[in-house]
Amino acid sequence: MRYMLGQIFSSVRFRIGFSIFAFILLTVLIYPLIITEPPLKTISRGTFLSPGIYVNVYDSIGFSPQYTLLLDGAAERRIAAKLNADDRASMKEWLVKAGLPEESIDTQDTAALLEVWHANFDPTIRLPGMTNADRNYYIRLNTALDGLLATEGATIAVPDATTGALKEQAVVDQTSYVNIYEVPNSRVFPLGTDNFGRDVLTELVAATGVSLIIGFVAGTVATVIGLLLGLISGFLGGFVDDAIIFVTNLFTVIPSFIILILITFSIGQDKRGAITIAVVIGLTSWVWTTRAVRAQVISLRNRDHVNLSRLSGHSTAYILMADIFPYIASYVVMAFILQVSSGILAEAGLSILGLGPRTTEVPTLGLMMNWGMIYQAHILGKWWAYFPVILVIALITFSLNLMQTGLDRVFNPTLRE
Amino acid sequence: MNMKSDDIILSGKGVTKIYGFGPNRTVAVDHVDFSFKRGEVISIVGESGSGKTTLAKMLLGLTSLSDGQIYFEGKLRDIRTHRQKREYWKNCQAIFQDPFASFNIFRKIDAVLLDCIRLRHGRRLPDEQKVEMMREACRFVNLKWEELTNKYPFELSGGQQQRLMIARIFLLRPKILLADEPTSMIDACSRATILDMLMDLRSEIGMTPIFITHDIGLAYYVSDTVYIMEHGRFVESGSADDVILRPKEAYTRRLLDDVPKLHEEWDLSTV
Repeated sequence: MRYMLGQIFSSVRFRIGFSIFAFILLTVLIYPLIITEPPLKTISRGTFLSPGIYVNVYDSIGFSPQYTLLLDGAAERRIAAKLNADDRASMKEWLVKAGLPEESIDTQDTAALLEVWHANFDPTIRLPGMTNADRNYYIRLNTALDGLLATEGATIAVPDATTGALKEQAVVDQTSYVNIYEVPNSRVFPLGTDNFGRDVLTELVAATGVSLIIGFVAGTVATVIGLLLGLISGFLGGFVDDAIIFVTNLFTVIPSFIILILITFSIGQDKRGAITIAVVIGLTSWVWTTRAVRAQVISLRNRDHVNLSRLSGHSTAYILMADIFPYIASYVVMAFILQVSSGILAEAGLSILGLGPRTTEVPTLGLMMNWGMIYQAHILGKWWAYFPVILVIALITFSLNLMQTGLDRVFNPTLRE
Repeated sequence: MNMKSDDIILSGKGVTKIYGFGPNRTVAVDHVDFSFKRGEVISIVGESGSGKTTLAKMLLGLTSLSDGQIYFEGKLRDIRTHRQKREYWKNCQAIFQDPFASFNIFRKIDAVLLDCIRLRHGRRLPDEQKVEMMREACRFVNLKWEELTNKYPFELSGGQQQRLMIARIFLLRPKILLADEPTSMIDACSRATILDMLMDLRSEIGMTPIFITHDIGLAYYVSDTVYIMEHGRFVESGSADDVILRPKEAYTRRLLDDVPKLHEEWDLSTV
């Protein structure tokens, strides 16, 4: 046993695949211990918040200690954030159209640009070729330019409860800073939020766990059915073999994904739990395991050690378990790994079509892609809502397949380099 | 030991085995009649593909008969249920050709020997007695049980594995032993040892050995009665002296010519 494990882990492919898989598995196990929030809880109002650190504004201006930092270029960065290159180009375009010589406008010199702008801009003027939308944009831009170059701070005022008069509470200078760690409320969204305003990372970790369970259940069901049918059909032969191989051939020629779609569709949305889906996937994907196991058993059943076991008076069940199964166990383990990976993919495929588990209880990787697709994350460019999901699916199947080929090389010495 | 000369232990009438059907139909054994006397050493000789291994499997009850009957101790052999098969296998055992393929590589030597004790004596034996029986069986084939226990069969040499196979037979004490090419996969020195052990075992437990072999020299060396098999039929049978020293069939003569001789040039024209 120890020797065999050593052999298996000597394969580089297996080691890489195992490391990736172990990392994913550990993340799924440990992450919920640290972030105990339910994965499907709506956190943000508004959808698809981009990844980043969200700091409570009220807390940071009112209650956190403020520090003065004198940083070079802070003002330039502030102005650049408010007035980007596109806006500057638009301003220049307006001014040129209004009749100013093009050479006199320098978009890089913010102070000069603003001076020319304030001197010439008039929202009532209709320039030729300008649509209403363009006009509104320039009016908005003009309003935003107010106080752009101001150097004084902002005043925080609180309305008095009885009179309604504003009372000055605090002044925030342009050089004021807060330490994020001293702000009582802040939240990190490493992968932003999704269309329902849920934290994508928390959801992704939970979905990965559920998808792995679906994969393992589907793989176990498929492998157990495939193994039992293959063992029985190959060892007994005759009529039993004919009957089993007839059914197997039926399932082989009908694409299993279509059967899968039909079964899940007929189950109905409200009865489809994650485990139900997993069992259905398992029930439709045992075919190749059966065929492969049957072929191996047929080649094994007439070997001398099986004959010797029969001569020793063992029952058929015992012979299947003790004399046949150990010889094909390595193959079955490899087939199981592939079944797990194809189970995860099948769930993703079903959910994309809207036939996945019902959406109220648990997230799955397929459901997350489904939501991303329905709410047009791919069109809106909200990559964080679907790309990490694709990456996790790819990593899981990649690591499982890598482990499988690694095992193949250990168990089939002819494949060794 | 009760050894009447006309005491027939195993006989067959029209024993036939057909594989496949239609264009793939192959007659492996074609209406073979035989009667094996208790206590005699019998050899079935034939070249590869002559159907002798299929016949051996039918005699053992590992393969069903397509046609014909086999009689065991005068009665029609009935091994339809597993219980009947177990009963039959207490009386009829085998040694296979390739010792390396004959043992399950996942089971230890003790398990193999304990299976035999269980088949013959049932489950209710004290452990010390089982160990004593295994020790005795190993001693009979010149192996030390202490060195074998907790080992796997593949850790032994080919000759040792074949001796372990004989130890199995020693524990089971069957009435019939089918030895399918028992010495063809082991080296020449072990060969004589194995044959001598089988002969010792025969006199020890009074069984009827049936050798299945392509080696007509071996057949002459060990057997009382020889059956020559070609294309699924017995072409010649009789006492070893009659068949081998005075062969009637051309096929027998060819088999005899194929035996390598030390002081003559080999004639490879028939190979």
